Amino acid sequence: MQLHPAKRVAIVIEAPMLRRLTEALEDAGVTGYSVLPVLAGSGRSGPWSSDSSFGTAGTLVQVVCILSEDKLQDMVDRAFPVVERHIGMITVTDCEVLRPERF
Amino acid sequence: MQEFFSLALGNLGSPLILSFVLGLAAALARSDLSFPEAVAKALSVYLLFAIGFKGGVSVSSHGLTLDIGTALIAGVVLSALIPFIAMALLRVMTSLGRTDAAAVAGHYGSISIVTFVAATSVLDSQGIASEGYMVAVAAAMEAPAILSALWLVSSGGASGGGRMDARLWREILLNGSIVLLIGAFLIGAVTGEDGLREIEAFVVDPFKGALCIFLLDMGLIAGRGLLKSRGVLSLGLFAFGVVMPLAGAMVGTLAAVLIGLSPGGAFLLAVLSASASYIAVPAAMRVALPEADPGIYLTLSLGVTFPFNLTIGIPVYLMLATAAMGGG
Repeated sequence: MQLHPAKRVAIVIEAPMLRRLTEALEDAGVTGYSVLPVLAGSGRSGPWSSDSSFGTAGTLVQVVCILSEDKLQDMVDRAFPVVERHIGMITVTDCEVLRPERF
Repeated sequence: MQEFFSLALGNLGSPLILSFVLGLAAALARSDLSFPEAVAKALSVYLLFAIGFKGGVSVSSHGLTLDIGTALIAGVVLSALIPFIAMALLRVMTSLGRTDAAAVAGHYGSISIVTFVAATSVLDSQGIASEGYMVAVAAAMEAPAILSALWLVSSGGASGGGRMDARLWREILLNGSIVLLIGAFLIGAVTGEDGLREIEAFVVDPFKGALCIFLLDMGLIAGRGLLKSRGVLSLGLFAFGVVMPLAGAMVGTLAAVLIGLSPGGAFLLAVLSASASYIAVPAAMRVALPEADPGIYLTLSLGVTFPFNLTIGIPVYLMLATAAMGGG
């Protein structure tokens, strides 16, 4: 079974900004992504938990996508303006996939 | 005064408030009691539908009059005006920067629909009638305060400034609570008493029980928010969270006098003016004004003002409204 290199991008972002971010990903040609709830955590403002807020404000989500390296820079260039002024972070790690034509 | 204490004690001893206090106490005691998010969401959908529907039925019974337009305009003006009062108070009582202060002020111009629902429940218990269209006034008061808050930031030249684009407008005006409230109101207005008879067993009888469970969850959220925010709120900010709703209620009551609402309607307008948003405005502020600290405005509106209004504010506003309107 042949493995192929790809990039895994994980973006933690405030829930009210989610739709803006996924649209930026689609504009960058990202063909698939997953949205995961972030239940609790700790950051520069100390610990937080989604069970102490009501509605989307004060909660975070994580968007995970796998893409080929040639799409990465354009994706980051489009995603960063959405995240820039907000709580959140973008991380990029190396990964391997079995079906590279899907990414 | 004796009547006030009797009303206040009756309110504090009601299942609604005791359910909220149970949730608050459980959270402060760090109990692991929790509600699945889907349950809380289903309860809020039910409560919004029921309150909107019943408001619509009331309008269908009493007929559509010009009073609705007057009340809607009053609500919009109050929502836009109250942030300026809040800003002035914040300047005097706290040392918040302009951006944080404007964000907080915006929350107090908008409304808490749960406080409104609890207030209508108190009116039912007391047998006091109110204008059914106050539900529509509640919906109209959600958004104007956001514009005032953004104007307060931009007029002060604060770095970053507020961002308001067409998409944010759509998200605010078509947020789920407003769509459900207005939609159910229209269904109630169109179907009237006949419609109510068909679904009365669903929207009337279980209403208070569902509200109790919902307030229990709100107590948990408010308590956990308070625990999390220790050190975030100064004494001045905490005092603002109590003084501002009283000021808002007075302005709301004055507006009710000017437009000639019934004592019940005046009470509801006072409650709307006293309450602070913790759903629509925080989400809008995170998009339009991300530099503002959400720990401050969420804790103030949900952890201080909401419990205050629910326990002490509601009987005070009812007394204020009945005294001002010459009822009771």
